[in-house]
Amino acid sequence: MNKHVSPKMNRRAFVVGTAAVGAGLAIGLDLPFGGPAVVRAADGSPEVNAWVVVKPDDTVVIRIARSEMGQGSLTGLAQLVAEELECDWSKVTTEYPTPGQSVARKRAWGDFSTGGSRGIRSSQDYVRKGGATARVMLIEAAANEWKVPASECTVAKGVITHKASGKTTTYGKVAEAAAKLTPPADVKLKDPKDWTIAGKGLLRLDTADKTNGTMIYGIDVKLPGMLNAAIKDCPVFGGKLKSYDEAKVAGMKGVKKVVKVGDTAVAVVADTWWHAKTALEAMPIVWDEGENAKVSSESIAKWLAEGLDDAQPAYVGNKNGDVKAAIAGAAKKVEAVYNYPYQNHATMEPMNATALYTADKCEVWCGTQNGEAVFAAVLEASGLPAEKCDMYKVMPGGGFGRRGQTDYVRQAVLIAKQMPGTPIKLLWSREEDMAHGRYHPVTQCKMTGAFDANNNLVALHYRLSGQSILFSLRPEALQNGMDPAAFQGVAQSGEAAIGYSVPNLLVEHAMRNPHVPPGFWRGVNVNHNAIYMECFMDELAHSVGQDPLEFRRKLMGNHPKHLAVLNAVAEKIGWDKPAPQGVYRGIAQVMGYGSYVAGAAEISVTEGSKIKVHRIVASTDPGYVVNPAQVERQIAGSFVYGLSALFYGGCTVKDGKIEQTNFDTFNSMRINEMPKVESVMVPSGGFWGGVGEPTIGVAAPAVLNAYFAATGKRIRSVPLRDQNITFA
Amino acid sequence: MANLTINGKTFTLDVEPDTPLLWAIRENAGLTGTKYGCGIAQCGACTVHMDGVAMRSCGVSVSEAEGKKITTIEGLASGDTLHKVQAAWIAKDVPQCGYCQSGMIMAVAALLAEKPKPTDADIDEAITNICRCGTFQQVREAIHTIASA
Repeated sequence: MNKHVSPKMNRRAFVVGTAAVGAGLAIGLDLPFGGPAVVRAADGSPEVNAWVVVKPDDTVVIRIARSEMGQGSLTGLAQLVAEELECDWSKVTTEYPTPGQSVARKRAWGDFSTGGSRGIRSSQDYVRKGGATARVMLIEAAANEWKVPASECTVAKGVITHKASGKTTTYGKVAEAAAKLTPPADVKLKDPKDWTIAGKGLLRLDTADKTNGTMIYGIDVKLPGMLNAAIKDCPVFGGKLKSYDEAKVAGMKGVKKVVKVGDTAVAVVADTWWHAKTALEAMPIVWDEGENAKVSSESIAKWLAEGLDDAQPAYVGNKNGDVKAAIAGAAKKVEAVYNYPYQNHATMEPMNATALYTADKCEVWCGTQNGEAVFAAVLEASGLPAEKCDMYKVMPGGGFGRRGQTDYVRQAVLIAKQMPGTPIKLLWSREEDMAHGRYHPVTQCKMTGAFDANNNLVALHYRLSGQSILFSLRPEALQNGMDPAAFQGVAQSGEAAIGYSVPNLLVEHAMRNPHVPPGFWRGVNVNHNAIYMECFMDELAHSVGQDPLEFRRKLMGNHPKHLAVLNAVAEKIGWDKPAPQGVYRGIAQVMGYGSYVAGAAEISVTEGSKIKVHRIVASTDPGYVVNPAQVERQIAGSFVYGLSALFYGGCTVKDGKIEQTNFDTFNSMRINEMPKVESVMVPSGGFWGGVGEPTIGVAAPAVLNAYFAATGKRIRSVPLRDQNITFA
Repeated sequence: MANLTINGKTFTLDVEPDTPLLWAIRENAGLTGTKYGCGIAQCGACTVHMDGVAMRSCGVSVSEAEGKKITTIEGLASGDTLHKVQAAWIAKDVPQCGYCQSGMIMAVAALLAEKPKPTDADIDEAITNICRCGTFQQVREAIHTIASA
């Protein structure tokens, strides 16, 4: 019990008895909440509604549309459904519906995408309603059977009681009848202060299989008759495959076929992946690298630097007052230029997907953050219609934004299409994964701050130059060419709003899009914007001899939620008391993904370049906390990811290719380098913010500001590796 | 052909002698709990025990592994009784995505076999596996919980 059921390899998960169309909820989706025809799970158990199946033994199967990738949303979403359902948590299991089933049922489960820290915050409303609706129907079924008013019945842990008559029954016994009822038009959700399952730091539902080798990740999928594929895509993005010498490897052990994959890649298919990879490496391949082979990190940096010039066009993201006039008339001016590099997601499990194509069916098994996007990629690559395609999600070995893309799925289908009837598991080598990421975008930022004669900050000009993710991945989301997401953390309002009021403010973006494909990398644009803004705030404070915390506080009077988390970390780290001998502090705050976060670091520096991080304090106000134990883990994990990028990350470009090839050149923090992260959760309610990403934003600036406090040296370029600064 | 002793069973596998042990375990013996992360012995996702010593199986050839007693994550428990590291990992909710955890657990089990009460410095020295989710805090706490039991 209490376990997530991975999809079975060779069966459809449900038998859909009839197209269930019920009362839709007003969220722009048609979510069928049951009746009149009963929809049954594969074992015959009735769906009370799309989210809840109750088995005769009282096991409750909660359907989860969003992807679990380690962030804990699967458990958190199940907690929210179970909370409203009032079932016995020890009898809860979870199950993924497939995108194909969702499409066949008018998108019964809504959005499958799991990115932007949206897993819980963007579905909490309708999954809770799913649980509450099922509860009402189950109680009504019992009341009907007893011929008493439903209002006289109560439920606790899946046991329904009619106090006056002393009758009791369980969800499992009335589920069949409940499934035939018309769902209520409206249900009232619990006040979070009354939660007993949600809001608690319950253990995850999917841990046991991760400790004994039985959890199936994409790389572990096995199908009868399956072959394995290794692939090389043109190392210069935008280049093409010119030729390859198949004859050289045709006789190698285990090799079955060499196939061209689109215009840019070639794959070797063999009995084992090791044979496929060995042959691929032995095969001569000629690339048509094209114009992009002339691009280097230096040429990109030069192009971006030109965009920092005010004479160049730029999109205005946030503006008040007249920055240029205020700077011109200021008593004192401070200026700095920062930059942030490409970063690879480097999920522990390299990209992979297994595809089976026949003339009338195409199926894919893979880890993904977006089952529906994979489904769409399967349709497009296979050329088959929706009713002949489906995809089955398995556990991803990390996502961090990379598995929201479907490039690897398309490749797997294109290979499988050339070998109809044979399941093909395509696995990228780590080297292929490093060479073909969807990288955190490259940017630079020039900031100018201006003070009046009394050292009040009167103007702030924040000019970004660099890559837009939306331009590349979601051009339909651009606003007259502008990428609104470029201003994450420094926007005027919304879920990633700036936390400072400055009388004259100009935030703008000179968009420059190099050929290296950008992607959503945990934290996305908050990462560099928080470094730029928070390190520059530190510079401004020091330039007028003010304490960095007090300097910020003066600008945050109109931003009480930003200020509250900043104050929370300041108090926890003891900002008003001296740090231990030889230890120095840095502080930072930002808003992203609807949550307010702040961080503080205590570090020491030896020999001017060896950093030991002694202590991290991080606070978040995500509105509501569904599982504090998981939130704590996400906060700590975000610091590992953010500080790995600060110290060791950074992808450089030479001859149009990414230079880093593996963890020896793109290192990641180890346990000895990471201190305990002390989390301070201050949920203030009334809104739903995200958790997986926001705190990554404050990881790097808190440490960089502490480094300045320790050494008097300001670091304006990431990664520290390139400046010979390391962990002690 | 190679004869490997994995989790107490003898496997006669059709592999070349220079095949990395990792791939013989995963693809030929069919034990997929041991994971591929880098192939160059950097990340530790493929950690197994060879005669009780934690080894990165991507960097060990099949010929080097012949005659040795190999234990993978699937063979760590004694029948239905979980190894104390597995039990602690569940009790402390250590894994996030879990992909690196087979290797992490095998590395920790080897450490505890050698040093039943490791200090933080011992942990820092012995546990060098990469975890991109960042579970280090829970890993350290779980090790100390086992040590103090």
